[in-house]
Parts: sequence; C-alpha cells; structure tokens
Amino acid sequence: MQEFFQQLANGIAWGSIYALIALGYTMVYGILRLINFAHGDVYMVGAFAAYFLARALGVGTVGSASPLLAAVVLLGSMAICAGLGVLIELLAYRPVRRSSRITALITAIGVSLFLENAGIRIFGADPKFFPQVIAPRTITLAEGVLVTNHQITVVCVAVFLMVALTLFIQRTRTGKAMRAVAFHRDAASLMGIPVDRIITITFAIGSALAAAAGFLVGLTNPKIEPLMGIMPGIKAFVAAVLGGIGSIPGAMIGGLLMGISEYMVVGYISSTYRDAIAFVILIIVLLIKPAGLLGRNVAEKV
Amino acid sequence: MIVGRRLLGVLLAVALVWGIDAAATGVLNPYIYRVLVLCSINVILALSLNLVNGITGQFSIGHAGFMAVGAYASAAYTVYAVPLMFGARADTGWAAAGAFLLSILVGGLVSAAAGFLVGLPSMRLRGDYLAIVTLGFGEIIRVAILNIDAVGGARGFAGVPQRTNLAWVLGGAWLTYAVIRNLMRSYHGRALLAIREDEIAAEALGVPTTRYKVTAFVIGAFFAGVAGALFSHYTYLHTNSFTFMKSIEVVIMVVLGGMGSLTGSILGATLLTTLPELLRFASADRLIIYSLLMIVLMIARPQGLLGRREVTFLGRLRRRAPRPTPAG
Repeated sequence: MQEFFQQLANGIAWGSIYALIALGYTMVYGILRLINFAHGDVYMVGAFAAYFLARALGVGTVGSASPLLAAVVLLGSMAICAGLGVLIELLAYRPVRRSSRITALITAIGVSLFLENAGIRIFGADPKFFPQVIAPRTITLAEGVLVTNHQITVVCVAVFLMVALTLFIQRTRTGKAMRAVAFHRDAASLMGIPVDRIITITFAIGSALAAAAGFLVGLTNPKIEPLMGIMPGIKAFVAAVLGGIGSIPGAMIGGLLMGISEYMVVGYISSTYRDAIAFVILIIVLLIKPAGLLGRNVAEKV
Repeated sequence: MIVGRRLLGVLLAVALVWGIDAAATGVLNPYIYRVLVLCSINVILALSLNLVNGITGQFSIGHAGFMAVGAYASAAYTVYAVPLMFGARADTGWAAAGAFLLSILVGGLVSAAAGFLVGLPSMRLRGDYLAIVTLGFGEIIRVAILNIDAVGGARGFAGVPQRTNLAWVLGGAWLTYAVIRNLMRSYHGRALLAIREDEIAAEALGVPTTRYKVTAFVIGAFFAGVAGALFSHYTYLHTNSFTFMKSIEVVIMVVLGGMGSLTGSILGATLLTTLPELLRFASADRLIIYSLLMIVLMIARPQGLLGRREVTFLGRLRRRAPRPTPAG
C-alpha cells in the first residue's frame, strides 16, 4: 500500500504538469480546431527561459534560493512564452487560418521543428541543469510515503493556475468572449466580438501555462534540453483528447489520469512500458466514449 | 491481347528496373545510391499513406507503426524462418531473391493484419480523434517491439542480411503506384473518393463506408509493411527509425505533394528525402531552414505542390477530379 500511495503522489505531481500543458492544447483546439503541435516546444522554451532568468538573477547559487525570486522567474518565463505564443500565431497560424485544417496542422509541425532546431542551435544540444530556485526538502506524508517540497510546489502552483484560469473564463468578459468564439466563431464575430484579439489572448494564456509547466518540470526534473518538449507535448495532447478536447476540466482530469497511470506502470509493471500506457488508456476510453470523458458528442448535421 | 500487353508491360518494367540498378551501381557513388534507395522507400510510404489520407480522406498519423511491423516481421522471417526453409542455399542467387520476395510479402501481410486490427475499432472515430488513435497505435507498436527480446529489443535487430538494392525498391515503388492508381480508377476507388468528399452522402447512396475505410487502411498498411521490409533489409534495424516523427514525415510528404495526387506523393517524398541532403552545406542550420521552408510552403501553397492534379509523362497537368458544378 505504501508503494501505491508513493506512486500516486509522484503521479499527481507529474500529472499536474501534463494538465497545465494540456490546457493550452485544449484552449487552442476549442477555438481554432487546430492541434497546436508546437505547444510542447513552447513548454521547452518556457523551461529554458526560466533557466536563463534564474541564472541572470543569480538564483540557484547556494543560499540564494528564495520563494520571491522563484516567483519572479516563473512570471518572467510565463511572460516570455506568452509573447512567443502570440508571435507564432501571428506569423505562422494566421496566414493559414482560412486554409484546410491539415495545412494548418503541417504548419504547426513546421513551427515545432523550427523551435526544436533553433533550440538546439541557440541553447546547445547538451542537457542543462536547472538551478535549484527553491532549496529541496523531503517531507514524509505518511509512513514510507515521501514527497519533496518541489512536488508540493508543483501541485500548488498548478492548482492555483487552473483555478485562476477557470475563474477567468467563467467570470470575466474576455473569458465569456473566448467561450463565444469557441462555440461559434462566425456568430461571435457578428455579435461584435473581436475574434482576432480573442485568439491572440488564447495563445498568450495557453503559452504562459506551458511556460509555467516548463518551470515546474525544471524544479522536479532538473535536466532540460531542447527536445524535452516532444514526448510531454504528445502526451499532454493525448490527455486533452482523453478528457474531451475543448473541455477545460477535461484537460485537467486527463492530465492527472495520465500522470498517475504512468507512475503506476513504472511502479508495478516496467518503466519500459511507460510511454505506451498513455495511448492504451486513450484507445480504451475513446472506444467507449468517442468524444473523451467530458467531451460533448456533436451530432452531425446533414 | 490485353493480358499479353499487360504481361509485356510488367516484363519491360522489371527489365527497366534491373537495368537502372545495374547502371546506377556502376555509375553513381554509394552516397547518392543510398539516397535514391531511401527516396524510393519513402515514395512507397507516401503513396500508401495517400491512399488513406488523400484518397479516402481519413487522417492517419501512425504510418511508421505499420512500417515497423512490416520491417520487424520480414526481418524476423528472414533471420529465423528462411534458414529452416531454404537452408544454406538462401544466401545466393535466385533462392536468395525468392526468399527475400517471400519475406517482403510476409512483412506486407503481417502489417496488413495490423492495419485491419487498428482500422476496425478506429472506424467509430473521426477526424482528430482517429488521428490521435492511429498515432497511439504507432507508439504502442513501437514500444511493444522494443520489449521483444527475440528481435533485439532496445539493442536493435542485428544480423539481418542486406538484400535490398535499388532494383527492389524501384520495383516496390512502381508496384505500389500501379496498384493504387488502378484502384483509384476502379469502381472501388470511386467509392473511396466519395467517402472523402462527403461521408454521409456516400453512405446515403449505399456505399458501405466502414468496409471501404477499413479496406483502405489494410491496403495502406500492406504497402507500408512492404516499405518496412525493404528498409529492414537495407540498413541497421532499430525501433528509433519508427518514431512518431517518422509518421509525421510521411504525412508531410503527402500534404506537401498534394493530398490525393499520386504523382504529388512521389514528388513530395523525393523532395523531402533529398532536401535535407541538399541542405548539408548549411550543416548546423539545415534543419532550421528545412522547417522554415515547410512553413513558408504551407502558407504559399496550402493545397500542396500539385494539389489534386497528376503529372503525366507528356508534362501536361491534368485535374484528377473535375470541379463539382454548383447545384441550384
């Protein structure tokens, strides 16, 4: 049982990171019906932005760890990635918005490859060690169940961001506009909603959340490299589909489910199957509920 | 008479392919020869994916998985079954060629069976959901192979004899093209095109859509398996060759060439295989240029290089499907 709870704790921490990335996928998909393949790489850029910010601020050297500076690093990398997301949308996705969806998808893959290779060129292909912006400590939750304060930070920050996002989308005018655009873009436009601006905001928020995930992953798994975004990116997308793409609570549930099941596989079966379990669960869920756990089944109009 | 002409055509093609290979081996340097072989393998992959994505209008991004099944099945057949069936004779001459042909068939058939298994349940799903499930199957297949020790697992599968040469891959590409082109022009091909244009309308007109979609999947998987078999008898075999990125690469070839255009797929596959080689002068920046080119091409020509047109020998561009006349 100890083993179970230990893996559960690890899985929840890792799943929160998936959930944060999945939110960006699901928001963009909800509005543009675009699988934003570059999203995983925005997360990578987020981790590197945090890395360089922390180094520039001198955080991470012995004795300099402070929650305040860590928050500055987090917000800074979120801002950088929000800018990056807006730029990507403006330069690459907007010109193909009226083209077929597969064209947009290939463009997204192009952007993803660009970010990866530019990352290798600029940051170097060798892994970097993320500075310890918060001094590590181990906490005993129950007998034999150990978590680090980093994992707790990850879960707290992720929960905070998700609550903030939910409030933003449900309670503000901009959030309402986002829901309207996701519901029906043309109708929203006719109601006077500035669709372009809403799409820009969506990309900014999604990318900022990915950057937060990049920072948090740097805390718990301090090795960062330019190709680190590929696998988490795909799995986060799987998480979004699992929860029902377009649905924000769905992305959160999907991400957590994915993280927990991965750690259960690592704990009980074998770590070599870790990358496959996500897809096995996905396929089972989709065969039972083709629109994902919380997705709405849209009836086809003839 | 027609049968006679067909047979003559086949014989001519075989002779041509062997002739090209003999000439190429003598004239070209090994590097260019290798690029040509990889080009042809990619042409087979792109053509077979085009059948699913471009012609039937489904969206599969797990083609590397089928390629992996074909590669490993045929390699395992060559390594484990051929010595039992043919003995030492299987190393040279006609026996070797026959054994290789059989192993390619094995690769294709096992992959087609996998295509059936994947296709059948997936047909409840549409669009992006289908895409992500095919991606998932591709990854599951890769991880499963990685955990089979008999085919080398994470070490890679060593000891597969190198049988593939330009003649084999050109022959494979030609056969793939011929089969899919003839299929497209047939009654069944029209049904596939109808599904692409409007699935509901096709169904209303009595096209058994599920059966056709699964068939397209199976045929596509068969040829992907053939490509895999050719690949596994050419170069070092490891599951890293069949990652999600490989699937994406094939999708890009199809989209870049023009979805639904067979000559477009050939063009796309050739371009995307040679482009990284041509960009070698830029060494470190080559993949950056490559990805930028991809974005620019998609913005400039969203329908792909050829759209739905085909290039014929005379250099004329022909529309594959006539524009539908507006109703009412």
